[in-house]
Amino acid sequence: MSPELRTQDKSGNGALAVRDGGQAAVRRSGPGTNAPGLDFGLAWNYAPAPETAKVSIVDRYGLFINGKFVKPSGAGSGHFATINPANEKQLSEIAQGSPKDVDSAVKAARAALPKWAGLKASERGKFLFRIARRIQERARELAILETMDGGKPIRESRDVDVPLAAQHFFYHAGWADKLEYAFPGGGGIGFQPMDGRGGGGKQRRTGWKPVPLGVCGQIIPWNFPLLMAAWKLAPALACGNTCVLKPAETTSLTALRLAEILDEVGLPPGVVNIVTGDGSTGAALVNHAGVDKIAFTGSTDVGKRIAKAVAGTEKKLTLELGGKSANIIFDDASIDQAVEGIIQGIYFNQGHVCCAGSRLFVQESIVDEVVAKLTVRLASLRVGDPLDKNTDLGAINSRPQLEKIQQYLELGAGEGAELHIPGPQGGKAGRQQGTKEIVKCSQAGLPDKGFWCRPCFFSGVQPSHMIAREEIFGPVLAVMTFRTPEEAITRANNTPYGLAAGVWTDKGSKIFEVAKKLEAGVVWLNTYNRFDAASPFGGFKESGFGREGGKQGLRAYVHLD
Amino acid sequence: MPDRLEVTKTYKLFIDGKFPRSESGRSLAVKRGGGAVFAHLCHASRKDLRDAVVAARKALPGWSGATAYLRGQILYRIAEMMEGKRAELAEAIGVAAIGAKGGRGTKVESKGAQTEAEVAAAIDRLVAFAGWADKYAQVLGCNNAVAGPYYNFTVPEPTGVVAVVAPDSPALLGLISLIAPAICAGNTVVALASEANPIPAAILGEVIATSDVPAGVVNILTGTRAELVSVIASHRDIDAVHAASVGEAHARTLREGAAENVKRVCIREDADWFDAAACSTPWWIEPMVEMKTMWHPSAV
Repeated sequence: MSPELRTQDKSGNGALAVRDGGQAAVRRSGPGTNAPGLDFGLAWNYAPAPETAKVSIVDRYGLFINGKFVKPSGAGSGHFATINPANEKQLSEIAQGSPKDVDSAVKAARAALPKWAGLKASERGKFLFRIARRIQERARELAILETMDGGKPIRESRDVDVPLAAQHFFYHAGWADKLEYAFPGGGGIGFQPMDGRGGGGKQRRTGWKPVPLGVCGQIIPWNFPLLMAAWKLAPALACGNTCVLKPAETTSLTALRLAEILDEVGLPPGVVNIVTGDGSTGAALVNHAGVDKIAFTGSTDVGKRIAKAVAGTEKKLTLELGGKSANIIFDDASIDQAVEGIIQGIYFNQGHVCCAGSRLFVQESIVDEVVAKLTVRLASLRVGDPLDKNTDLGAINSRPQLEKIQQYLELGAGEGAELHIPGPQGGKAGRQQGTKEIVKCSQAGLPDKGFWCRPCFFSGVQPSHMIAREEIFGPVLAVMTFRTPEEAITRANNTPYGLAAGVWTDKGSKIFEVAKKLEAGVVWLNTYNRFDAASPFGGFKESGFGREGGKQGLRAYVHLD
Repeated sequence: MPDRLEVTKTYKLFIDGKFPRSESGRSLAVKRGGGAVFAHLCHASRKDLRDAVVAARKALPGWSGATAYLRGQILYRIAEMMEGKRAELAEAIGVAAIGAKGGRGTKVESKGAQTEAEVAAAIDRLVAFAGWADKYAQVLGCNNAVAGPYYNFTVPEPTGVVAVVAPDSPALLGLISLIAPAICAGNTVVALASEANPIPAAILGEVIATSDVPAGVVNILTGTRAELVSVIASHRDIDAVHAASVGEAHARTLREGAAENVKRVCIREDADWFDAAACSTPWWIEPMVEMKTMWHPSAV
């Protein structure tokens, strides 16, 4: 612990820490110096343990429309390269869906709707059960593909992304014929329930069944490509909707593999259509008059634009947007567990997580201990080949995202916060100046090719700092302190976002009181970044509206009134 | 000359538990079907709306933090107080406001039985939501069986400050049906009354002021939608909008403006207001609550 840091943490007067004449300050530290008595030397240099299974990837993929892979067509269509962010090598070419392709997909979904919505609900559910099973059976292939395409560690795609994707289909499969139990008293007033034969009468309460919304346009992000596809498709299909899914530009491969699975299980053509492409493809989907519902997961900025675009229409909308979630550590917490929770909270999936615990609030009396332990633990995290089973942090998803993260590293240091990049080398606790040094330090020991950023954190962060207010979406943590529970709650809530929060204390009454007052859709108590198909996920405030998963997630895909 | 000159009053705005005139100094005349001036009422400005939002925000921690049992009792108290004003409310439903710019008002013929039925339905609607206050969380929330050693549960919490835009008809029942689910869940409300028939809303303010409702929990403005809907839409301290029968243009304005701070918007265009069962479901509350899911490890 440096004297500067200690001074900064306790000043609390709102002044920016200006060091070295205002130059950016970087702390690169290793366990040999800052950590109390931990120096593993070369003992951490495990032999590489790469995942060896081969996965077939074709040179060029089409669009999945009406049950078939088709070539993109129409103005603006074409193909673009998708690369492995860990080595920048091209994996395949992905189709750029044009507005015409989107139109074909929406029409296919519309045509498939009456039969799918009218299918006996238990049979609809059985299709979803089948999908879940096939995902489980092809799990290894999907995990490898996910890791190659997106850069996330194989440990995570194998243990988190793919199993959860399968679970989402399994969970929602069972809802298909039980929806009326999810909406007691629902059905309220004046709408025409569909009878699957293109008609229906006014039918209230007696014999009421939830009614699907129709054709759902679903746009998903690149951080959990297969899992987000499952989060979107499973509830929509269970409720009897048909879908047009637009995967993220950089991570389309697993969604296309999912298309193969849908074909394998015999899902009727048109029930799910997958149109790859960039933002213009997504915009065409949002603006298509034949879409009844838009579900979007992504940035708050794009979410607001989508909300405006559908404002004058009858389209239903759910948004799962950005976050700047607070992780609050009280002095009566189990510190070692909390440090693991901090790591899990912000460095999971390289920090490309909308609910990442990117703002750490530590009670003042324990900040030195927490920072010291965090430094040791960070130095032991293994950054590198995503396909290596020992890897903790893989590659940053894309060059633009890497550049954005690097800009925030420079910005934070420029604002006066102190950047800590604990490395595996140890020994050096020097301070470099200038932006080049920061970037170099954040990539120390990592390959020249590929997009890399070592896990790091800022101390001496003020609430006004950009790194404390804006979503970085990378392995960058802002450490701040507080004195009282009230202060922690106020500061945690002092953000337009409201996606998630973490609270660490061994005191039961305190944990519930703080959890109650936090404005966040998911609150992890003495844990962080846990997900489950039965557990609703989604935000308060500008983190969006609507839930995904659980009973509450079904609401986004049925008419009630 | 009549034997006795009526003492007509100017109905005022209801903001923060008080009855201010509009800061703009504007007022509107309200006439009976026959054309005689029935009363005047304040014509709220954008500034009045912003003041009401400040009051609602200030009242939010106390109201959302009150026990559900207490909130339910207070809603029931509003119903009790309305019951004593049934005749006054029924008469007011038959009185139309004159246009904001001095144009002619829409004449609403007072049909005794119909207006009395509306008042009765409005009171009963409040009673229904008084009963929901300590139950909706049990219906909308749940315990989630996650695949791991965690205790996981989901509870609904109030969204925050809700702007209500009441339909022109039924002026009182529509207003009550939009406000009651919001406040029963712990939200605070800024309501814009029916433009064509605002007096019942003004009387409701007087009812609420004497019903143990904490100041600022419900604020009621009388004025014009053309002037205030866009301000509601773009106000960054309003968290949700619960509106009815506002028409396509205003619906679009509300949704576009709402995008700025990701407001939740629920617009009911064809509600069957007199269908008590249909309008008293927990799904009337659900658009104005946020689901919070909590995880805790379960281990020794």
